[in-house]
Amino acid sequence: MHPALQAGLTIVLGVGGCVGYFFFSNLILDRLIFPPKGKHIARNIRRANMLRPWLFLFPALAALAIYLAYPVFETLRLSVTERTVGGGSVFVGAANYQQMLAEQKFWEALRNNFVWLLVVPAASTAFGLLAAQLTDRLKWGNLAKSLIFMPMAISFVGAAVIWKLVYDARPEGTDQIGILNAIYIFFGGDAPQQWLTLPVWNNFFLMAVLVWIQTGFAMVILSAALRGIPEETVEAAIVDGAGPFQIFFKIKVPQIMGTIVVVWTTITIVVLKVFDIVFAMTNGQWETQVLANYMYDKLFRANDWGVGSASAMVIMALVTPILIWNIYNARKEMR
Amino acid sequence: MSTIAGEKPALIWALRLSVVLLVGLWLFPTVGLFVSSFRSADQIATSGWWKALFPSEQNLTLRTAAPETQVAAGDLFVIEGQLFAAGESGEITAWGTSARDVAAFAAGTTTTLRKGGQLTVEADGSYRMTHDAPFEGRRGTRIFVTAVTPPSFSLDNYRTVLISGGATDNLAKAFFNTLTVTIPATIIPILIAAFAAYALAWMEFPGRALLVAAVVGLLVVPLQLALIPLLKVHNEIGIGKGYLGVWLAHTGFGLPMAIYLLRNYMVGLPRDIIENARVDGATDFQIFTRIILPLSFPAIASFAIFQFLWTWNDLLVSMVFLIDSTGETTVMTKQIVEMLGTRGGNWEILATSAFVSIAVPLAVFFAMQKYLVRGLLAGSVK
Repeated sequence: MHPALQAGLTIVLGVGGCVGYFFFSNLILDRLIFPPKGKHIARNIRRANMLRPWLFLFPALAALAIYLAYPVFETLRLSVTERTVGGGSVFVGAANYQQMLAEQKFWEALRNNFVWLLVVPAASTAFGLLAAQLTDRLKWGNLAKSLIFMPMAISFVGAAVIWKLVYDARPEGTDQIGILNAIYIFFGGDAPQQWLTLPVWNNFFLMAVLVWIQTGFAMVILSAALRGIPEETVEAAIVDGAGPFQIFFKIKVPQIMGTIVVVWTTITIVVLKVFDIVFAMTNGQWETQVLANYMYDKLFRANDWGVGSASAMVIMALVTPILIWNIYNARKEMR
Repeated sequence: MSTIAGEKPALIWALRLSVVLLVGLWLFPTVGLFVSSFRSADQIATSGWWKALFPSEQNLTLRTAAPETQVAAGDLFVIEGQLFAAGESGEITAWGTSARDVAAFAAGTTTTLRKGGQLTVEADGSYRMTHDAPFEGRRGTRIFVTAVTPPSFSLDNYRTVLISGGATDNLAKAFFNTLTVTIPATIIPILIAAFAAYALAWMEFPGRALLVAAVVGLLVVPLQLALIPLLKVHNEIGIGKGYLGVWLAHTGFGLPMAIYLLRNYMVGLPRDIIENARVDGATDFQIFTRIILPLSFPAIASFAIFQFLWTWNDLLVSMVFLIDSTGETTVMTKQIVEMLGTRGGNWEILATSAFVSIAVPLAVFFAMQKYLVRGLLAGSVK
């Protein structure tokens, strides 16, 4: 079957199936199982209303359970087992973790991930805050904002191509076509540099790509927060003779601290999962490995599910504090 | 009054300048890709794209017409013509007939050729070659020129990538595959999530708070964890690798965000409307389809844009759940990554392919930015 036809059919079946499910399950509940008539009318209505939320929730809960909750436990199980010939598996305890910890590439990935975690959320939030503040009262501020926001729509792979062109190097003596090398030579650099193969520094060139993408996100959120600051606090500060920088750092920033934390943690999660950029630009060579790419290597290139799952659990463990913090906040807010 | 710059004009100008710089910095890389996609392989390889916008001085090797085109004028044999090919132009500043001295003569001067005869090359590229004996040989004379050529752009790369290119260069199939992945994967989670969000927002039942907390928790679970377990599940129930698998996977991964966004929005709808409808005897199903769903349109639009951008731009989920060894179902992101590996130097193909793949999300982005911003604000500001 032609894929386009299949897609069309899936949309019809999927949408029709969903609507049909919700409609008919409600109908059956009200007409057949607990009809609101006869001598048990009150009891029937009560029971129908007790069951109905679960009818509404069932497809979503089933999908969430299969696609997100179950894998967490299954990955945990896989990380302590080893596959045997014939499709079975045996319990091996912490052996996969030990093997992983003994690998130099793992430590390289972990170290790089920590640098990513330090640099990218900080830089994105800082640039975002700067952009939000600078464009705040500008007439063409909205245009400037949407241009800075634009990389959000670009795929990591697209961004990788864009930045590979920026970092491109041509042999010495010829015209440089990568802007970074052109600038480097213009300001007296001796020979063009292969930026992506320079260990340690190349990590920062990869991080620049993610900062470039995430700054727009930080800016949009922080800009809304800045607009929410009560005018009186700023006016009072001006009356008291505060300078522009004092107003920004002592009046505005403290008032939006909550939002800054939210932006920071959201970008942190993106960083923990960063995969495409590294995969497309260096594939972890030249000491740029990160956890998600290391895991992909183990799972699909080395076919080692044990170690791959163990490294996935490391990512999960790093996400868990944020997960708990989010749940805690959400519950506080619901009360 | 309360801008950071206060009222000092110098500061205001510094502010404007820094915004321009910032925007320029953010725009520059993308513009580079865009400009490069309209240049030929030679142009990209020999000069930076930022020079493409201005007339550039280039060293070209051109050729006069072949001797068979000569005409006899009086007692002279003459070959006349234009060095630049049709559609091209330039201004010649210097020229030469030997590769060792490519800038021997100024435009408009006449020289004696090694094989006999006279040659004049004008600044506009027209030339006149005369000799008292017939010119011989099959090919024209080589002329090295230093010329300032105006910017030139073409759609050739797009023709290659979208229509005429070979299997690895042609993105048309991958484009449709991407579209095939994206549309069902965007629409289906919306419906499922909308019903669940309504239940979590407006229906009373035990365990509701717990479920909301669970959704918030699942919001940050890295999908990397799900790859192997789900691939196993898909293989066991017979879906294997294919469109159905990738649609289901995108649906599952998109649901927490969808439920969270829609629930937050629905909770904020006015209670009176819903209670009045209840009093009037509307069932939950009716309330949902007639009142909640139409009112929630902005939130649904926000999520739809998110999910669309995310599925269109995705690489990992497609690689794991969709693309099999035949590569028939490859998506654009995957094909571009392969091009980066095998054709890392072919910038004209790479730049054009990348631009084709980001053009659709960019169009969606600029057309529906309002909803995207609204969704971001609802999704992360607590």
